[in-house]
Amino acid sequence: MTEALHELDVRRMLCPMPVIKTQNKVRTLATGDCLRVVCTDPGALNDIPAWCRINGHEVLETGEAGNEVFVVLRVGEDNGALF
Amino acid sequence: MTSSVTEPTQPITRRAIALVSGGLDSMLAVKVMQEQGIEVEGVNFFTGFCVEGHTHAIRKKDQDKEKRNNALWVAEQLGIKMHIIDISEEYKDVVLNPKHGYGANLNPCLDCKIFMVNQATLMINKAREFAGDRGFDFIVTGEVIGQRPKSQRKETMPIISQESGADDLLLRPLCARNLPATLPEREGWVNREELHDFSGRSRKPQMALAKKFGLDDFAQPAGGCCFLTDESYSNKLADLWKARNERRYELDDIMLLKVGRHLRPQPHYKLIISREEGENRFLEGYRYQFTSITTISCPGPLALVDGNFQSDEELEQAAAIVARYSKGRSLDEVVLEVRSPDGVARQVTVAPIRPDAVPSAWNVG
Repeated sequence: MTEALHELDVRRMLCPMPVIKTQNKVRTLATGDCLRVVCTDPGALNDIPAWCRINGHEVLETGEAGNEVFVVLRVGEDNGALF
Repeated sequence: MTSSVTEPTQPITRRAIALVSGGLDSMLAVKVMQEQGIEVEGVNFFTGFCVEGHTHAIRKKDQDKEKRNNALWVAEQLGIKMHIIDISEEYKDVVLNPKHGYGANLNPCLDCKIFMVNQATLMINKAREFAGDRGFDFIVTGEVIGQRPKSQRKETMPIISQESGADDLLLRPLCARNLPATLPEREGWVNREELHDFSGRSRKPQMALAKKFGLDDFAQPAGGCCFLTDESYSNKLADLWKARNERRYELDDIMLLKVGRHLRPQPHYKLIISREEGENRFLEGYRYQFTSITTISCPGPLALVDGNFQSDEELEQAAAIVARYSKGRSLDEVVLEVRSPDGVARQVTVAPIRPDAVPSAWNVG
């Protein structure tokens, strides 16, 4: 079982806000940190993993529960902070 | 021990930041740069008006279609990093006060492009300050002269460069040879001869270049990627401003304009009525902000009331309209619940309004 260290609630937000919020949250985390993102936009199940692949983060788990979906990721070497 | 032999100087890899919409043109522009050895990162701006997946995300009937964020998808195909930036708050001034005016609808395309290139310019300035040599050297867009009637014309190209502050750091690889040489060309960072001279509305040159690059899966939205170019959407936004007696909006307002059937029976209230289950679920999330109406005695839509009723008659009129879109539309009576944002609810029993009693003038959009 994956244990998430950080949580991000982006329920009710539509694409691309879940990705933007995930991106901004990850910028505040350190390499190796885990983040569990909870969404209601099912598109996030495609978009957040795609964003992770592009930016070098690892997707540990994805899933659905009722009207909600979640993605658990581990922050890669570069947290993407621009400045 | 130190060597006295001088190491050969490694050529500097130049870096560009590209405005990536997720469409074909910006994808090709990035690819042209990559072919010349330029290291590219993408930036995609969220204005709140992006068509991007919203209808698919909301409407259940579209949920069988593949959903993807095209900007992310393009980034993955090209192997570039992508920064997605929420500019929805700052963007309001572009929509409300466009210096260069609107296009056919409420689309401020020229001001929008200037704003986005300006944002990219601020990014490269900031990156230079913080990242030094790992910053960006110039900006790339997929603009093509003559491609869009409002923003992409021969005379608007220098306006965008100047008013954005990018000046000759703005390179348009798809039409650069129709324009004066920019700094990256003059400095030899890119070879002007290998850039393109596309112009006009034809998509043939882009399709040929896509084929050359082996790209065969790309998004080509007919009306662009912005709801403001859509006549019905623009009408709904104009109606919102008229009803409020002022030109302003919040993010929730412009999201709700993308959803449901909008009817305005009175100047001071509008009904947003869901058309299917997905919209129902989406509107459900707004019941703590708006008065809402649902059917009790039969299956039916969820409706939000944007505005206030001035009398019980108006409340019953609204209920009768919602009943008309329910399964009980042909019954003599339908029971509905009218719930205020604080959760206080009352039931009303009304006769569904007849279809011919809904004037077309009530339809917003």
